[in-house]
Formats: sequence, structure tokens, C-alpha cells
Amino acid sequence: MAQEIDGQKHDLSRLNEDYASKYCFRDPVDYFKGAKGLDHEAVAMISKMKKEPVWMSDLRHEALDIFLSRPMPTWGNTELLKEIDFADIYYFMKSTDSTKGNWDDVPEYIKKTFDRLGIPDAEKNFLGGVSAQYESEVVYHSMKEDLTKQGIIFLDMDSGLKQYPEIVQKYFGSVIPSTDNKFAALNTSVWSGGSFIYVPPGVNVTVPLQAYFRINAENMGQFERTLIIADKGSRVHYIEGCTAPVYSTHSLHSAVVELVAMEGSYIRYTTIQNWARNIYNLVTKRATAHKNATVEWVDGNLGSRLTMKYPCIQLVGEGARGEILSVAFAGQDQHQDAGAKVIHAAPNTTSRITSKSISKDNGRASYRGMAKIHKNAVNSKISVECDALLIGEHARSDTYPTMEIDNDQVSVEHEARVSKVAEEQLFYLQSRGLTEDGARLLIVNGFMEPFTKELPLEYAVELNRLIQLEMEGSIG
Amino acid sequence: MSSHTPLLVLKDVHVEVEGKEVVAGVSLTINAGETHAIMGPNGSGKSSLSNALMGHPSYKITRGDVSLAGRSILAMSADERSRAGLFLAFQYPLAIPGVTVANFMRTALMAHRGKDADMSDFRKLFKAEMAALSIDEKFATRYVNDGFSGGEKKRIEILQLSMLQPKMAILDETDSGLDIDALKTVSQGINRFHNKSNGILLVTHYQRLLDYVKPDFVHVMMSGQFVKSGGAELALKLEDLGYDWVSEENGGKVTVK
Repeated sequence: MAQEIDGQKHDLSRLNEDYASKYCFRDPVDYFKGAKGLDHEAVAMISKMKKEPVWMSDLRHEALDIFLSRPMPTWGNTELLKEIDFADIYYFMKSTDSTKGNWDDVPEYIKKTFDRLGIPDAEKNFLGGVSAQYESEVVYHSMKEDLTKQGIIFLDMDSGLKQYPEIVQKYFGSVIPSTDNKFAALNTSVWSGGSFIYVPPGVNVTVPLQAYFRINAENMGQFERTLIIADKGSRVHYIEGCTAPVYSTHSLHSAVVELVAMEGSYIRYTTIQNWARNIYNLVTKRATAHKNATVEWVDGNLGSRLTMKYPCIQLVGEGARGEILSVAFAGQDQHQDAGAKVIHAAPNTTSRITSKSISKDNGRASYRGMAKIHKNAVNSKISVECDALLIGEHARSDTYPTMEIDNDQVSVEHEARVSKVAEEQLFYLQSRGLTEDGARLLIVNGFMEPFTKELPLEYAVELNRLIQLEMEGSIG
Repeated sequence: MSSHTPLLVLKDVHVEVEGKEVVAGVSLTINAGETHAIMGPNGSGKSSLSNALMGHPSYKITRGDVSLAGRSILAMSADERSRAGLFLAFQYPLAIPGVTVANFMRTALMAHRGKDADMSDFRKLFKAEMAALSIDEKFATRYVNDGFSGGEKKRIEILQLSMLQPKMAILDETDSGLDIDALKTVSQGINRFHNKSNGILLVTHYQRLLDYVKPDFVHVMMSGQFVKSGGAELALKLEDLGYDWVSEENGGKVTVK
């Protein structure tokens, strides 16, 4: 199967042949693991090992109390959530001593991992910077010199805290406080790694900044924390791609991502996640867009046992714009509970939500959306489009849209569609020589195209390859 | 014209749709180099036969046999029939949103050539065939049949025909929905495709396409059977007199639905 993307040919049928050796592996590595379970002692240990300032340590302990006192969510997939055993999780692991800025200094076994993921090559060809997270610590980090010269900060979060404590203290938790939800509190108490980006006023970061994340130990939670600040009039595109090896016992991933888009700035945050099928992926992502700023979440969810993720944009300044474009693929025994949230809190703000989901076998995809327009947000516009594709008789799709509109000078559009792969479409494509599987894949890729075309080439190819594997049922 | 090499052979073919017989035993031999036309009123079973020949899962061949270049195709799926050299230009081509015409064509051609085939000639070939059918280049990046007019869809069908170069092409009501200019362009495309080693089966209600694509044989279909066969002159007679006289000739045994 060949795909033409950006005018180039990509033979997807061959791209995935080494998938098992590339992604479905674990490294025999000794880790510093701490102990299973979570209490103030464990949090104190994390803080001490990281040699953090007192305010961060205090923040962690406060967050832990919030986490412990909050009940589990009563919505989403409560049955699956019940299966999480918080006492049986490692909250902090460390596989190397320090963050490396030079590929040559990275330990050999980790290099092998990233070689299999193709990161150095990708960097040579395409990337502006790579920040690769291996377990809880960022082990490799590099950035092209011209970015540094422009004053752009692109660090792992731990280094960000050490080197720019005043910026971190000002913004950390300002968009998503610990009190926001149980899992944001969990992340705040045990966070490790993640990216820290600051773009100075007026600077346009012309190449996407990107990070790869991996989880590679059983019973380990990964709690990365990302903070991106785009100062006035600046522009930045951040990409994270995630792959995880296959495990037999459950792992928890609970990240927090905060974006601050100052006046007139632009942030796009692109994620493609392909978690192993046993992972619980419970992530809080939120952005604040100030006057005339634009924030775009581009969010692709594959894999995991359960994903609950609803990227949010708070439009707090006049003329701010937000766009959330997401795609979810729910295969056998998977539940993708994904969606979007927009809060219009200033006049002349606009938002657009496009959600596409594919459910296959007994997979379940839910769209859970919230759009709120405050009283003062006159002349605001919201458009929501939900598109679900069902493959097979047992696939399930649900839509849970909520709108709260507090003034009448607004424009609101909502469209929802559920479709099946039609027999007639399959026959048409088969009559041109495509096998039934090939025909179905082409239809699914077409369905995803509005999402795929927003991705840089390498990611589009990767996503199509992952979809192909999902369609063939060869993952997990 | 004909080299008398049988390309498509139908022997007493019966077709059922949802348990109802719509084609009641037709036989036909199309030799390499020949153009045949099946004409008949609406509901006579023409399109059902076309779909059944291509392997549509809802159109079941319950009796008889169909062979392509000497091989029975009854056990083959639609894609296998396609790769064996059979082609059906659809009466109502389907939209495939999000899939560009270029990507679709490349994927189809690769399915025919095999995944290890050299595709370096694709772009040139594709451009040349588009130009020959007066299809604007911008259609390469448009989604397959998504929002296309009737005429545009039919041109894209003929584009696929000329790219895939099948042994045997069935063209189901390809003239419907075409204005006179589009009809000429599409006909030129069909004539350009036709040579002494391939065969064409035109399925049509009206004879106007046959002004541009000359059939060697015309078969009149009614109530799922061929009731009369002849040369190109038969099509003209049908145009003048309609289908009623054929029905009467058959003693009212077959009726126009």
C-alpha cells in the first residue's frame, strides 16, 4: 500500500515490517525504582533526589493531600478506572544520572532504543530539537544553535526548574492547579520530566520542537509535566510522539500539559500517542490564550486500555482563537474517551472543535465535549464537528456534548455524524484491484485525512502505519 | 476486427438479488477486439448483470458460468477479478472522502502491478491520461468523486479504465448524465482504450453513446434475458421504435417493466 503525502511516495506496506522489533521490546535494564505506592515519604524522596527548591517540594506535598482526598471520577469509564491499583505503581524511576546534551554521551542501551525509534536520523533530516524521555528522566537533549541564539528555551522540565526557577514558579500550575482534578494533583505530586519551553517576544520558531516519550518498565507510572510559554507575538509548534512497548500488567500514564499563549502569539501542540494496550492514559491538557492569541491542539490517540483526555483552551483575551483537532482509534477492548473543552471568556473569541473517531471490533470511542460562552464573550463563535466511523457490528461510539451559552450574541454550530464503512464503497475499491483489507484501510485513511494533513510528513507516515497495524489487528 | 479469441464468455448466467432472480439465463461470447452493447429498458437486468460479473457480493450468480480469458471467475472476489483483467465503469461511482484521485489511482495501479513493482512512471502516465481526457490537473488532489458532477465522475471512471488497461471493460450507463461535449470526450477515451486484444461491453439504455463508440454486436435485454441480437443497426432501430416492438416480436412473453 503506497500513500502519497505532500507529493512524496511512501510505501506503507514495508514501513511496518520491523514494527515488532522496533516497538514491542523491553530493555533489560536495572533501574533505581524507589518503592511501590505513594505517600509523603515517597514524595519527599523524589523532591530530595531532584534537589528542588522548597516551594516545589511544598507544592508536591499539598498536591498529594489533594490527590488522596479526592474521589475517583464518577464519569468516563468508571469500571476501568476502578481497576487502577495506586499502591502497585512505581512513581519514580531513574535510569541514568544526568541529562545528556550530546548523543555520544548517552549510554549504549538507551541509544539502541532510540536508534530503533529512529530519532537521531529523524533529527538530522527534520527536527529542530529533540528531547527524548526515557523513563522518568530526560536522557538526551539537543537543540540547534540558531534556536538558542534566538533566546528560545527548550529544556526538560527538571532542568527548566533548575535553570529558570523564576519563570517556572510564575507559570507552573497557573493553568492547571492541583485542585483541578485528582489526576492533575497526582501529577503535581510526583511529576518528573516533560518539556519546558519559553519563546521570547516576537520570535518565530520556524521548525517544530519535538519530544519522544517512552514507558519501559512494568508497573510504572509516567507523570511528565510540560509547560510552554509563548511570549507576545511569538510562534511555536511543539510535537510529541509516543510509543510504548507491550506489557502484561497495567501501567499508568498521567501527564499535565500547560500552555500559556500571550498576546498575539501562536502555539500549536501536536501529539500522536500509541500506548501499549494495557496503559491507562489519563492526561490533563489546558491552554490559556490571551488577546489575539491562537492555540491549536492536534491530538491523535491510539492504543491504551483507557484514554481520558480532553484538551482545553481558555480564551481569556479579546479576539483569541482556539482550535482542537483530534482523532481516536479504539480497537479490541479499548476505550478512547476523548474530547475537547473551550471556554470563551472574552468578546470576539472563536473556537473550532473537530473530533474524528474510529471504533473497530468491540472498541469504544466517546466524544466528551464542553463549550462554554460567558456573559461578556459577545460576538463569539463556536463550531463543533464530531465524526465517528464504525467498523464491524460490535463497535461503539458515543457523543456527550455539553454547551453552556450565557449570552445571545454568539454563533454556535454543532454537527455530529456516525457512519459505517459502506459495502458499496468497498466494492468500488475492490473492483479496482484493492483487497478488502486494503480497501477498508484506504477508506479509514481517507476518513482521517483532515487530521493527517495537519501533521508533518514523518508523523503522517507514522500515523498511517499505526492505523494500518490497528486495522490488521497486529498490535497487542 | 476480431481475432476470435474468446475473452469474456457467459454461459446460461442466472443472477439473484436478495433471493429474487433478475437475470434468467444469458449466454454471450465477446472475443478480443470486439465491442458489444447490451441495451434494454430500465429494470431489464442490465446493471444487475454488470454488477454480478464484477463480483458485487449482493448480486449472486446462482447458475451458469463466466470465464475471462479462458478461466472461470465465479470463485474470485471483485479484487481478484479486477487483477485478472476485468473492469467495471460504474453507473454511480462512489465518493471516497479524504482519498485523492492521485492516491487512489496509484494504489489501484500498484494493486495490479504488485507491491514490489516500479512505480516511477506513475506521475507521467497519470498526467498524460488526465490531459487526454481533458481532466483539469487539480482533480489529482481532489477527493475521489467527492462533490464531482455526473460528467466529472464519468471522466474519472474512464481515466481509471485507461490507467488500468483491463482485458475486458464493462461500461455501465457511462453515457448517462453527460452533456454532448463530455459524451464526446468520454467516447474518445473509450475508443483510445480499445484495441484488437481487449473487449468492451457497453451497457446502455440509449443509443446515443453508440454514435461515438461503434458496437459490433447489440443485444437487447428484457426481463433478465437476451431477446434479440444483431449488429449496430439494431441500436438505431431501437432508437426509432423503442423497445415495444421487440416485446411484441416475442409474443408478449417478455414485457417492458
